[in-house]
Order: sequence, then C-alpha cells, then structure tokens
Amino acid sequence: MFELIIPPAFVMLIGAFLVAVSRPGLRPLIALAAPLVTLYAIWQIPDGIQLTATFLGYEVQVVEGGPERRLFATVFALMGFGGVLFAFRQAKWYELAAAMAYSAGAIGVSFAGDLIVMFLFWELMALFSVIVVWCGGTFGSKRAGIRYIIMHLLGGIILKVGIEGIMIHTGSVEIRPLALDNFDTWMVFIGILVNAAAPPISAWLADAYPESSPTGSVFLSAFTTKTAVLALMLLFPGQPLLIWIGLWMIFYGIIYALLENDIRRILSYSIINQVGFMVVAVGIGTEMALNGAAAHAFSHIFYKALLFMSAGAVIYQTGRHKCSELGGLFRTMPLTTICGTIGALAISAFPLTSGFISKSLTVSAAAGEHMTLVWFLLVAASAGVFLHAGIKFPWYVFFQRDSGLRPKDPPWNMQAAMVLFAVVCIGLGVFPELLYGLLPYPVDYVPYTAEHVITQSQLLLFAGLAFFVMLPLMKRTLTISLDLDWFWRVGWVRLFRGFEALLGGLQRAASALAFGLLRRFSGELMRHHGAEGVLARAWPIGSMLLWVAVLLAVLLLLRYVPEAGSP
Amino acid sequence: MLPLIVVVPMLGAAVAALLPAGRLPWLWATAVSWFMLWAAAGLAAQAMDLGVLSYWMGGWAPPFGIEYRLDPANALLALLIALLAAVVLPYAGPSLASEVPERKTPYLYAALLLFLAGQMGISVTGDAFNVFVFLEISSLATYTLIGLGRDRRALTASFSYLIMGTVGATFFLIGVGLLYALTGTLNMADLAARIPAVAETRTVHTAFAFIVVGVCLKLALFPLHLWLPNAYTYAPSAVTALMAATATKVAIYVLVRFIYTVFGPAFAFGDMPTAHLLVPLAVIGLLSTSVVAIGQGDIKRMLAYSSVAQIGYMVLGIGMATALGLTAALLHVFNHALMKGALFLALGCIAYRLGTTQLAVFPGLGRRMPWTMAAFVAGGLSLIGVPLTVGFISKWHLVLAAIELGWWPIVAVIIVGSLLAIIYIWRVVEVAYLQPAEDPGRCEAPLALLVPTWILVGLNFWFGIDTRVTIGIAERAAAMLTVGLNGGAP
Repeated sequence: MFELIIPPAFVMLIGAFLVAVSRPGLRPLIALAAPLVTLYAIWQIPDGIQLTATFLGYEVQVVEGGPERRLFATVFALMGFGGVLFAFRQAKWYELAAAMAYSAGAIGVSFAGDLIVMFLFWELMALFSVIVVWCGGTFGSKRAGIRYIIMHLLGGIILKVGIEGIMIHTGSVEIRPLALDNFDTWMVFIGILVNAAAPPISAWLADAYPESSPTGSVFLSAFTTKTAVLALMLLFPGQPLLIWIGLWMIFYGIIYALLENDIRRILSYSIINQVGFMVVAVGIGTEMALNGAAAHAFSHIFYKALLFMSAGAVIYQTGRHKCSELGGLFRTMPLTTICGTIGALAISAFPLTSGFISKSLTVSAAAGEHMTLVWFLLVAASAGVFLHAGIKFPWYVFFQRDSGLRPKDPPWNMQAAMVLFAVVCIGLGVFPELLYGLLPYPVDYVPYTAEHVITQSQLLLFAGLAFFVMLPLMKRTLTISLDLDWFWRVGWVRLFRGFEALLGGLQRAASALAFGLLRRFSGELMRHHGAEGVLARAWPIGSMLLWVAVLLAVLLLLRYVPEAGSP
Repeated sequence: MLPLIVVVPMLGAAVAALLPAGRLPWLWATAVSWFMLWAAAGLAAQAMDLGVLSYWMGGWAPPFGIEYRLDPANALLALLIALLAAVVLPYAGPSLASEVPERKTPYLYAALLLFLAGQMGISVTGDAFNVFVFLEISSLATYTLIGLGRDRRALTASFSYLIMGTVGATFFLIGVGLLYALTGTLNMADLAARIPAVAETRTVHTAFAFIVVGVCLKLALFPLHLWLPNAYTYAPSAVTALMAATATKVAIYVLVRFIYTVFGPAFAFGDMPTAHLLVPLAVIGLLSTSVVAIGQGDIKRMLAYSSVAQIGYMVLGIGMATALGLTAALLHVFNHALMKGALFLALGCIAYRLGTTQLAVFPGLGRRMPWTMAAFVAGGLSLIGVPLTVGFISKWHLVLAAIELGWWPIVAVIIVGSLLAIIYIWRVVEVAYLQPAEDPGRCEAPLALLVPTWILVGLNFWFGIDTRVTIGIAERAAAMLTVGLNGGAP
C-alpha cells in the first residue's frame, strides 16, 4: 500500500520557519505544536530505507528507520517540546526558531540513511546552534559563538573530506560500521568526535554553552553531542579506541566541573563527562553496551535539560551565575529546588531515577566483557559524578549559606517544563521497561536487584559523606578554582588573541609581500617613465604585460626543456 | 533559432542606439534579454535531447562556412548568459539610472546588448576565428560600459582593460592564425580532426601557447588578473554584476573548448605542460587573491578579488584533466555566476541607496537594509560553500575530483580557500549586523532592485538543492569533452 513518508526533520523545519514568519500571537502555538507533530511523524517511520531523493547526482537516503534512530529522534523531539515550553515566553522569536531548526538538524541526522544526508543535517545543526549561542546577546556570547562556529566548521570540513574520500574509494556512502583502517574513515571518525567534544578539543562545549541565554543553554545541552553519540553507534560500534577516549572525557569532565564556579559551566563539563560514559559504551560495542549508550543518551537528555532548566531559572530570576554568589534559594524557589535536585539525583543514578536504570547498563556491559580496569574506572567515575553534579550543583545553588537573594520561582511555563521533565526522570526510574522497550536490542537486564541497589546506594552514600567531610576543603578550592577559572579563561582568550594576531600578521605579511613585489615592478617602470600621476596609474599595464610574456615563455620553455615538460 | 540568439541582441543593439533617451532603451533591452532566455532554454533542451545542434551560416557547409554548434557544454553556458541577462537587465534600469546620465542611455543599452550578443556568439559558434570576432565585439562593448562608471577612475580602469583585453585577443588571434596556416581550416571540429597529424610541429605548440595565454588573460587567471579588480570596482553596479557573472565564464569556456575539443586533452596535457602551468597558478591565485580580498576596504573590490580566487577553482578543475574535475569546473562556472551575480546585485542595492560600497557605510546596515543584507549573507553563504547552496555543489565535486587523483594538498588548498572566504564574508556581516549605525534610518532598496536580487538568491538555493539540471548537463558535457583522455596521453 502506498504510504506517504514525511521526513520528521522537515516537519520541525517547517515549524521553525512558521515561527519565524508568523504573527507573535500564533508563535507559541506553532512552536509547541511542531515538536509534537514531529514526534507523530517519527513514529510513522518503519524500519529500513523509507525515502530517497536525488542530490548531487546521487540517490541519497533521506529517511531510514531503525530502533536506535527512532529512540534518538524521539528524545530529540521531546526535548524540542520541553525546551520550547521552557523558553517560549522568555526567548526572542529568532532564538526559538533557531533552536527548533537546530533540533530539526538533530532529528535529520538521526534518520539519515547515508553519509551525505547526515553531513547536510550536521551542518544545519552547526549553523543554527551558533545562532542560539549568539542569542545570549552579550559580548562574551558573540566571541564564544565565533570560536564555536570555527570549531564546528572545521569539524564539518574534516567530516566532509572523509565522506568524499569514502565515496571515491568505495563508491558507497551507506551508513554502516566502518573500520578505522584508512585515511578516509579516520577523517569521518575525527569529524564526529569534534561534535562529541572528545579530547583534545572538549573545551568548545564549556566555552560556548554557558554564554548562551538561560533558555538557549537548555537546547544546546541536548543535541550536538548526542547526535555524535548516535553517529558513533552507527558507524564505529566496538571501536576499542573509543573506550579510552570516553574514559578521558569522563575524568576530564569531573575534574573541571569540580574546579568550576559558574553553574552552567559545571553542567557543561558534566555533559562532557556523561557523553564520555556513552562513548565508552559505544567502544565496548556489545549489544548490552550499545543498549546502554542509547538508554543513557535518552535519560541523560532529560536530566541534563532539567538541570540546565533549573540553572536557567535561577539565572533568569537572579541574574547571577556563580556558585559563590548564589545559595539559600530553596526558601523562595522551592519548585526549582525540587526539580533541580531530582535532576541531580538522576544524573548521580540514584535508585528510582532514570540515571539508575540507564547508567548501570554500561557499567554492567564492561563487567560482562571482563574489562576490569574499565569497570573500576566507571564505578569510580560514578562517585565522581555524584560529587560534581549530584551534590555540588544543588548544594551551592539552593542550599549552603544564605546569599540573601529572595527570588521567586520562575514564570509558569518554565515551571511546567521543569515539572514535566522531573516527572519523566522519576517515571523512567520507576518503570524502566518504558525505556527498555525502545532500545535497539532486547534487554534481559533487571536494574532493581537487591545487590545493585545496595551497591549503588553505598557508593552514593560514601561519596556524599566524602563531599560533606571535605566541604571545608571544597570551599578552599573554591577560591583557588576562581583563580584557576580566571587564569583558564584568560589563557584561552590569550591563545585565541594570539591566533588572531598571527593570522592578522600573516595577512599583513602576505599583502606586504604582494605589494612589495608590485612596488618593485612599478619602481622599475616608474624610473623609465619618470612621472607620477597618469603614468603612475598606468604602471599595472606594464607589469601585466610582463606577466603575459613570462607565462608565454614558461609554457613554451617547459615544453622544450627536456624532462621538464611532458610527464 | 540558433543564429537568432546572437542576431537578435545584435540588431537589438542597433535599435537601442536609435531610441530616444529615457526608459525606452532599457525596456527594449529587457525585452530582448527575455527573448534570449526563452530561446536559450529551448535550445538547451534541444541540445540535451539531440546531443549536438548545428546551424550553417548562409547555408555554407562546414568546414568552409561558419558553423554554429550547440552541445551540452555550451548549452549550459548559453543558458547561463541568458538567465543572468534576463535577471540583471530589469534591475539595470533603476540601478543604472542612478549611476549614468540619462542622455547616455541609448548607447548604454546598445553596448549592453552588444556585449550580450558577443558573449552569446562566443558560446554558440563552432568556428575559431568567429570566436575572436565575438570576443572583440563583447570586449569593445565592455570597455564602453566600464568607462560609464561615475568615478573618473573608471576611465583608467577601462583603458587598462582595453590594453590587456586587446593583447589577449591578439594573442588568441595569433594562435588561431598559426593553426590556420598549418591546417587550412578554422572550424573547430575540423581543426580537432587535423591537429593530431601535425601535433609534433613547433607551430602547433606555439599556437597552443598563444591561445592559452591569450585566453587566460581574458579570464583573469592569476597573475594576469590585474586588470580585473579596477574594472569591476569602477564599472556601474549592474554592469559589474553582469560582467562578473558571464564575461570571465565565457573565457573559461573558450579555454575548455580549445584545450579539450580543438587540441584535445591528449595533446594539451600529454604533449604540452598545460597542467604544470594551470594548476600551480590556480592554487597560488586562489590563495593569494583570497588573502588580498580580506584586506579590501571597498566591498565591491573585495568581491572582485574573490572572483579571481573563484576563477582559480575553475582553472584548477580544468587542469585536473579528469572528467570529474571538468565537471566540477563547469559546475562552478554556472554556480559562481549565480552567487557572484546575487552578491553584486545586493551591493548594487547598497550603492543605489548610499552611493558607495565602502565598508565604512556598512555599520548597522543589517537593520537599515534588512532584505539587501539578507541577500548578501545568503550569497556569501553560497560563496563559502555552505550545504544546500550552489557553492557547496561545486566545491563538493572539486574535492571529490582532487581526492580521486589523490591530490591531498589540493584538497587542503580548497578547504583553506573556503576558510578565507568565511573570513572576508564574515568581516562584512560583522560590521553590518553587530556594529551600531551612525544614521539608524531605514533605507531599504526599492522592490525593482530587490526582486531581481532575490531571484538570483533563490536560484542559489534552488540549484543547490535540485541539481538534476546542472549536474546532468555538466556531467554530460565533461564526459563528451574528455572522451580522448583515457589512454590517449603518451
């Protein structure tokens, strides 16, 4: 039977376009409806290649269904809805439209049937996400946006070269597992890892996300890195190198988050840390591990968005974004406190939260493969996650000493979005089969065994104990971390300034060289003609004619000089 | 139909010169350009169906008579010229009215039509000497058009282009003359058949060198580009748009035609060191002129340098001597015309309102002229090669061609070129959108200018998404032109 397949990404893009052009009164309606219609479209797509088109002279596969693709697209669409709900009364219309187009890019990548389509949506994400960063509207966000787009354009170019190489050398751009055995696949690998914020360029994430608006960072937290995880799942499952890259990201995220003072930078480093877990899972590459990566991405997007929403709500209400300036907000922002805490519990994988049922898949997969060291590091990292995101974030923002601030809870739409996501975090934790049913491979894993619950609770308990025992120490590091933080940021600025100066210098040198050469020629000719004015203006003709003669001579000489001419 | 596409604008030019000054010559020229588009579209469709269209001038059979010959390669070009003319001429009326005195309009539009006739003639003729004739017709018209610019420096720009253009045309003529002396024929197809027999003579080598260098002068290959920045900068806006979009492209076509059809790739790349000359010059040119573009204060001049850089991409594709490389070059000929046309038309809007295109007037333009600047940004994205624009299509193919040859440094060069383009476009965007305006008054260009500009912008995206026509024609043309390539080289 003929059935019309509508690419879900296009639904979202049309929504973004309508938001951009419609009257202000209609905007919220369209913005809220578009992700839901998209979600419906996502669930209409059966497995397999569904829609092809002709582009660049090739038959490209615009839509290909599959369980992991559907899972990621679903969470992206839900995220789009939650983000819009959180933002629609506060964000500018162009931020909303850009964020929706950005999510359309992520959904498009999810369903991309071949590398060309993937690349197109990849670039779409880069373009619109930088607009979201710029919507921060500050001087800092402008500069951070430029650094961000440079990084992503470079990543995109690397990816593109890799894809073209694969196309020339194998003749196929199907999305299928690739082996890292030649230059082309390495380029694709690196291009994807740029978006996953892998070392050594993890810094772009924590550089750009905190500079966006309080609403923009909610969107930014969800899409770019998770599409990269999906791409890794589809293209490089079981690539052992990914385990070590992922572990590096996990510990990088923890350490920098512990040193950090800006609340959204803490959460940004925490994204890198969480994506590290997923990358490790992809690297392990067993069915269970891939399930773990997918499940973790799914639940991570909700709790991380929830955390960014609570941080955004705090920033929106108080205008402050440093741990050292906040505190004691639980008195007047009870709902934000509760939701933020739920997010913090979920990221730390407390029992009965979504983190508990998803992260353990990865850890168990490492154990199942007898990767003792990896397993040990993952468990240790779980405690670290609790330290930096599970306790540090809510403690410094909502509790600790009283900062004297008395802000109210944020507007109703922000509250609604937070409650919605908090319910999802708890709901998934209580009913894990909801998520497990969506996973690409059958799950025979029971998260709520006595042993698992007890182990995890002990781990968290001791980590929590450690936090409060070391609280004085943490406070001391706070001042140090402020210094470090300052140094780090200034270091970056210096580095970029240096780079810019270098470019500027090169450009000046190049044009000086060009001008110098021309001036030499003109000098010669001027001496002949001896006048300025008309003749000075006419000199280029002379030098041009000289070049003509030179080229003619070269072309003929090359022909007749032995061994220099024909190859 | 085939001769009409040349004859109508040529006679139309004579009519335009006789019309009274005012709006009438413009309306007449516009009508002629629309006829050309209609005719070119019909011819291109026929050429794609039949492969080759041939018309014998005066009924004299080639090789004795002059033959007009249309195959996929020049069908694409004829379509391009007619398309750009049909979009730019409606724009030219209001734009030129603000830049050129009204009493000159009959001659202005006569020159424009002559220019078009010459361009079209070059692209459809199958006769080597005829190419020279049309080259001179269009060049003479161009000298006039540049000289009409309101800045007095336009006169020196025109003069230096006149000298260089004449030298180029003369070189070309010398080459053709040598070939005629050797083979006794001027018909391209006939030349192609006869040259292999005499390929080992120095006369042929010399003829080849003269033709290639002469044409490279016309297409502004680095370092023979020095006439171009001034000419583009000081010519009236609409003229610049038309020239940037078509004039150098026609020269590129002549180069392709002579290298691949007349001399044949086996001779051009086997016997002669063509690739050794073209590829390095293209690479140096595209890098150095991109860097020069970054430093320009006049945005029109910046785009002129960028044009030289983009010509580097095309010559690079030609110099690769593969079907894929040639496809990329032909695609870029078409695509670059669309993007540069759109960009120069947007600049024309700015010149119309503010009288100049210096970067100094750009602060706040994002709010003062939102539609114009949006068009500029869209054209800039296309120039950079962002996906879904035409720029992406041609760069994609160029990179593919370079990878196919294993020329990794060239891949890097293409990428660096794109990055440089990002820098010089970004400079403008940053000033226009992020710096506050001194005079915040809104001064959007009139619809008569915006509509043609946006038609070209739209085409940038249209042909960036639906590539069946462009890639289809370019691939067929490249396949046809590179027939003798495989195994032909010694």
